Amino acid sequence: MIFNKLSRRSFVVVAGLLAMLSTSARAEYKLNMTEGVTPISQQLFSLHMLVFWICVAIGVVVFGAMAWSIIHHRKSKGAVAANFHESTTVEIVWTVIPLLILIGIAIPATATLLDLEDAKTNADITVQATGIQWKWRYRYVDEDVSFISSLAQSSRDVISDPTGNENYLLEVDNPLVLPVGKKIRFLFNSDDVIHAWWVPALGVKQDSIPGFINDSWALIEEPGVYRGQCAELCGKDHGFMPIVVNAVSEAEYEQWLEGMKAEAAAAAAAADEEWSMQDLVARGETVYQANCAACHGPTGAGIPGAFPAMTGSAIVNNSDPSAHIDIVVNGKAGTAMAAYKNQLNDVDIAAVITYERNSLGNSVGDTIQPSAIKNAR
Amino acid sequence: MYNETTHDGQAAHDEHDHHGPAKGLMRWVTTTNHKDIGTLYLWLSFIMLLYGGSMAMVIRLELFQPGLQWVEPHFFNQMTTMHGLVMVFGAIMPAFVGLANWLIPMMIGAPDMALPRMNNWSFWILPFAFGILASTTFMEGGAPAFGWTFYAPLSTTFAPDSTDFFIFAVHLMGISSVMGAINVIATILNMRAPGMTLMKMPLFVWTWLITAYLLIAVMPVLAGAVTMMLTDRHFGTSFFDAAGGGDPVMFQHIFWFFGHPEVYIMILPAFGIISAIVPTFARKPLFGYSSMVYASASIAILSFMVWAHHMFTTGMPVAGELYFMYATILISVPTGVKVFNWVTTMWKGSMTFETPMLWALGFIVMFTIGGFSGLMLGVAPVDTQYHDTYFVVAHFHYVLVTGALYSIIAAFYYWVPKWTGHMYDEKLGKIHFWWSTIAVNVLFFPQHFVGLAGMPRRIPDYSLQFAEFNMISSIGGFAFGLAQVFFLYIVIKTIRGGEKATDRVWEGATGLEFEHLPSPPPYHSFNEAPPVK
Repeated sequence: MIFNKLSRRSFVVVAGLLAMLSTSARAEYKLNMTEGVTPISQQLFSLHMLVFWICVAIGVVVFGAMAWSIIHHRKSKGAVAANFHESTTVEIVWTVIPLLILIGIAIPATATLLDLEDAKTNADITVQATGIQWKWRYRYVDEDVSFISSLAQSSRDVISDPTGNENYLLEVDNPLVLPVGKKIRFLFNSDDVIHAWWVPALGVKQDSIPGFINDSWALIEEPGVYRGQCAELCGKDHGFMPIVVNAVSEAEYEQWLEGMKAEAAAAAAAADEEWSMQDLVARGETVYQANCAACHGPTGAGIPGAFPAMTGSAIVNNSDPSAHIDIVVNGKAGTAMAAYKNQLNDVDIAAVITYERNSLGNSVGDTIQPSAIKNAR
Repeated sequence: MYNETTHDGQAAHDEHDHHGPAKGLMRWVTTTNHKDIGTLYLWLSFIMLLYGGSMAMVIRLELFQPGLQWVEPHFFNQMTTMHGLVMVFGAIMPAFVGLANWLIPMMIGAPDMALPRMNNWSFWILPFAFGILASTTFMEGGAPAFGWTFYAPLSTTFAPDSTDFFIFAVHLMGISSVMGAINVIATILNMRAPGMTLMKMPLFVWTWLITAYLLIAVMPVLAGAVTMMLTDRHFGTSFFDAAGGGDPVMFQHIFWFFGHPEVYIMILPAFGIISAIVPTFARKPLFGYSSMVYASASIAILSFMVWAHHMFTTGMPVAGELYFMYATILISVPTGVKVFNWVTTMWKGSMTFETPMLWALGFIVMFTIGGFSGLMLGVAPVDTQYHDTYFVVAHFHYVLVTGALYSIIAAFYYWVPKWTGHMYDEKLGKIHFWWSTIAVNVLFFPQHFVGLAGMPRRIPDYSLQFAEFNMISSIGGFAFGLAQVFFLYIVIKTIRGGEKATDRVWEGATGLEFEHLPSPPPYHSFNEAPPVK
C-alpha cells in the first residue's frame, strides 16, 4: 500500500517533469514559466529551472531515503528497531551541505536581481503605466501621447460563456505599442489602490502604488503580441484588467505615434464644437458602459452599500449640473470615485454626463457641452 | 497534598479526582478544565474548517470553468477573503490551541493549565469574534473583499462599511490568542513535574512554547495594523494614504511583520506533532532531539527577519531585496534539518503504518514539496514572476493544508484513543487518508502549473488556456471537501464508541500521557506529580 503511494507520487513528479521538459515543443500547452522575449525574462527562466532542478535533486535524495526505509525497515518484514538517536557529525554535515547549495543559488540570483533592477541606465523610451480601477493609462513621457487601455468589448460580451474566444480576458481596446530592440523604462503608479503590471513574456511584474513611482525595464527582442494581467488584488474587477503589448518594428512604432498624435488633435477640435443631445447620449452610453458600469451597474442600479445608484441620484437629477460635472471631473476624495479628467477627454465626459442625466431612468432633459467640461477642468 | 503517600490518603484523593464535570450546557460555558476547553477549541476549529471549506467550494465552483456562472466578482472576492481569514484564524490556530490545552498538562505532568479562568475566557471570545466576522456577509455592501492580507488602501478608502466589524473581530481574535499564549507559557515554565527539565520536554511542548512567544510578539502588531486602518478610515489619519503623507507600502511591512511569524505559528506545533508520531510508529527514539529544539528556535528567530520577501514587487531598494532573499533562503537550513531528522528516525526503525503514521508521512512528503516551492519563491528575482500567481496559492496550500491541517488530523488519530478511551475505526481512518491525499494533490498540484503559466491569484475568471487544470483542481477540491465531511462522521463515531483503547494505546508510544494515565484519563489528571525519569 505504501509502495502504491510512492509509485503514485513518483508518477506525479515524473509526469510533471516530463511535462515541463516538453514545454518548448508544445507552446500552447503551458505547464511552465514562459521563457519570454527579453534578456531578463530568459535569465529569470534559467534561474527558475536551476532552482527547480536543485529541488528535484534534493527531493530524490530525501524521498528516496524515506522510501527505502518505508520499504525495508518495516515491522511486517521483521525489521528490528535500532536505537541510535544522535550524531553531531551527521547534523553538521546536513547543515553545511544545504548552506553550500544555497550559496550556489544565491550567486546567480544576485546577478539576475542586479540586472532586473537596472532600469535607470540607458533607457531609450520611457512609458508611464498608471493603474486605475480597472484599466491602465499609458503615457509616453517624451511624446505627449497618452491613452487608456481597458478590457476589450469582445471579452465583455462573452463573459457568461467564453468558449472558443481565444484571447478571452487577455484582449484590450487600445494595446500598448512598443518598438523592438529598444530599452524601455516603465514607470508605475496608481490613481486609487495598488495594482501590479505584469507581462510574463517581458519578465516584468511591478506594483503600481498610489503616491509612489516604481520602475522596471524591458528590451523586447522579437515583434509580437504579449499579454498579461493585473497581478495585485485591486477590487471587484481585478480579474478584468488585462495588459496587451504590441511589439513592432521601430518604423511601425513611429507611424503609430504620429497616428496617435493626429487623433488627439482631432479630439481636441471636436471639443470646441456644439454637440446635439442625441449624439452625446449615444456616445455617452459607450463611455458609461466602459468606465462607469463596473461600479454603478449597467442599468445604473449601483451596488447597495458599496457603490451608489445612478438611477434617481440626487446629484444626477439636480437641475443645476455643476455638482454632477464636478464629481465626474474631479472625483470624490476618500471614495472609489475617480477623477475622470485624468482618463477621459472633454467630449467623452460631456457625453457620459448627458447620458446619465437623460437615461438610466433619469430624465433631466439638459445637454452638457464639451466646452462646459473644458471650463470645469 | 502532593506528598500524600498513605494508602488511605490516596484513596480519598482518588475520590476527589473522579468528581466529574457539571452537567448540561453550563459545563461547557463555565468550564475551567483544560480537557473541556481543549474539546471546545477543537470543535470550534472543525466547524470553522467546514465553514471555510464551504467558501472554498464556492471558489472552486466558480473556477470550474471559464466565464462567470455562479457568483459575481464582488462576492467572489468576499469568498477568498473570508476563506483565508476563517481558515487561518478559525480553523488552524484554534486547533493547535485545542491540542495544546489537551496535551500540554498531560505531557508535562501538570493537573491543568496555569490560568484556568483566563483559559475559559480566551476560548469564549472566539465564537463571538467569528460570529461578528461571519455576520459581515449579510451586511449592506457585503463582507470584506480585499483578501485576507487586507492591503491598504483597498481595505481603507475603498473598503465596504463592514470592514469596521472585521477590525473588531481581528482585535478579539488577537486578545484570545495572546491570552492563550500567556497561558501556555505560564503552564510550561511553572507546572512541569519534578524532573521534567526543559530538555526532557516532548517536542510538541517545546514547539508550542516557542509558538506562544511568537504569538505574544506579533499579535499586537496585527492589532496595531488594524487600529491604524480604523483611524485612517474614520479619524482623519493618513498612515497608509500617500496624499496625507502616509505610505501604503508601510501597511505591507507592518502586516507581514505579523504575517510571516504567523505562518510559523501555524507550522511549529505541527513539527511537534510529527516529532511525536514518527518515533512511535518507527519504534525508535526521535533522531537529534536537541537539534530539533535548536532548529525550531532558529526558525522562530529567523521568522522575524524575513517578512519583506512577500513584497519583492513593491519597489524595495536592491540592498533590501538582496538581504531579504538571503535571509529567506537561509530558513530552509533549519527546516531541512527537521525533515532529515524525521527521515533518519525512520531509518532502521521497525515501522508500522497505522492511520496517524500515514498522515504524518503524508505531512513529511507534501510539506517538503511546499518547502521546495517556498525555496523557489524565496529567490527574489524569480519571485517577481511567481508573486501573486497560483504558484503561490499552490505553495501555501501545500504547507498549510497538507502541512498544518494534516498534522492536526494526524494528532487527532494519534491521541483520540487516549482522550476518549475508544479506538477510531482503522479502516475508515485509512480510507480518509487515501481519499484526502489523492484529492488534495489533484486539487493543488495543477495550481503550480497554471501559476507558472501566468494565472494570477484572486481572480474569479480566467482565460481559456487555464481551463483544463482549473477543472481538474475543482474536482480535487470537491473530493477533498467531501472527505472532511466523512472525517466528521469518523470523529462522531469514535466519540460515541469503539474498541476499548489500552492505556499505552500504541506499542511504541512514549510520554507521560501514555505511560502514566489511563485511557480515557480522569477529568482531573496528575493531582500528584508523576515520576519523570
